Amino acid sequence: MSLLIPNRYKGKLIVVEGIDGSGKSTQISLLSQWLRSQGVGVVFSEWNSSPLVKDTTRRGKKKAMFTPTTFSLIHATDFADRIERQIVPPLKAGAVVCADRYAYTAFARDVARGVSRTWVRNLYRFAVRPNLCFYFKVPLDVALGRILGGRDALKYYEAGMDLELSRNIEESFRIFQGRIIDEYDAMAEELGFQVIDATGSIEEQQKRMREIVTEKIGESLEHSVLKWRGGQSDAGARAAAVLR
Amino acid sequence: MPAHVPLQFYGEPLPGIDTSELQGKLIVIEGPDAVGRSTQVTQLRLWLEHMGHAVLDTGMARSALAGKGIQQAKEGNTLAPLTMTLFYTTDFADRLENEIIPALRAGFVVLTDRYIFSIMARAIARGWDPKWIADVAGFALIPHAVYYLRADVPDLVSRVVLGRGAFDYWESGMDMRFGKDMHDSFVKYQAKLIRALDRMVKPYNFDVIDASKPPDAIFKELQKRISGFYDTPTSG
Repeated sequence: MSLLIPNRYKGKLIVVEGIDGSGKSTQISLLSQWLRSQGVGVVFSEWNSSPLVKDTTRRGKKKAMFTPTTFSLIHATDFADRIERQIVPPLKAGAVVCADRYAYTAFARDVARGVSRTWVRNLYRFAVRPNLCFYFKVPLDVALGRILGGRDALKYYEAGMDLELSRNIEESFRIFQGRIIDEYDAMAEELGFQVIDATGSIEEQQKRMREIVTEKIGESLEHSVLKWRGGQSDAGARAAAVLR
Repeated sequence: MPAHVPLQFYGEPLPGIDTSELQGKLIVIEGPDAVGRSTQVTQLRLWLEHMGHAVLDTGMARSALAGKGIQQAKEGNTLAPLTMTLFYTTDFADRLENEIIPALRAGFVVLTDRYIFSIMARAIARGWDPKWIADVAGFALIPHAVYYLRADVPDLVSRVVLGRGAFDYWESGMDMRFGKDMHDSFVKYQAKLIRALDRMVKPYNFDVIDASKPPDAIFKELQKRISGFYDTPTSG
């Protein structure tokens, strides 16, 4: 399968995927803290965060200018910038890169928007294949409950309002995110994601993640990835450098 | 009147477009930097309008969505090749869906200064897989004609030096440092672009025009070839 380029670098790539409200961001953040506390050099990278592209994405969203194709392309541009500057160089240096969402977000979301599956998969062919991909599987109602309970209301594109599925934003969110879940579920099987039951407690999920990380890449974390000198944690190393 | 043949896409069609509604003509002017494309587009527009055709002219990095973002990104020093390729593809898609297709639907002649081929050539010159970028750009409509203004590197160099007076950073491919200074990098980079465009002549059915000639001669040649579209006697 030629989907994504195998990771031939010294560093390791761990990604989390799942719909909004699945709790994946909390989990990857806890995981990176844990890795850092072990002395591992960690770089964190977030979906849709390229400083070069963000003004364009903001303009497009604010004025509702996107079509499914341009929405897909601008996110690929954003991702390309992160790959070229934020993901590949640290991997070469041997760091562990933790990514909150990856190319699979586009595979699920853009296809749910009506973009051709083969086209979007080709589009991301330059991406490095993760060593581990965690998929946080959650029923729609649970996710919706978590989002509506938080400070952000449902957003236009996240709810798929551009597709005119329903005038009611909550209903539109249900239909659109439901399609995304179908895509994720199919990919989880096809591409061998580590599926985490995201209805469990935060502690249980984190414990399971750490077990899987240790089992799958524990050896490399121990011996080959970039470490803070003397095994100090990120903050510890920095404090030591200041005091020196 | 000849039967209307609907335009096709190179790859998988754009979602939601009925090409049988597109009544206009899509004409592409391609060629390397400094070959004189924009001069020709300006003159062609006047001539076509004089003949009574409504014309839309468009070109790279002019989209409402991404034009500004690309300009800003080019002013910094962090725009890497893949990001540049996809940023320009986004810009193209926005213009295709929001300017070119609506104009074709309304029966306009769309004159475009560059198309997907420059984006592809730039990616290929920077070492990316030609098949990858061709598939990415596969959502483009197949134009009625692609006029490839072809010149060799020495022609381009003399146009830059005697015309504008200075080499441009991006036109010299300085992001890749192909040579030790702007001149050397320009020469190597433009040679790569020309090689990439030459390889597209057959698969993409380019109509090649010798652009080493003076601009007037090139314009006459373009007029002659474009007139072919309108041979059917509609007016006196």
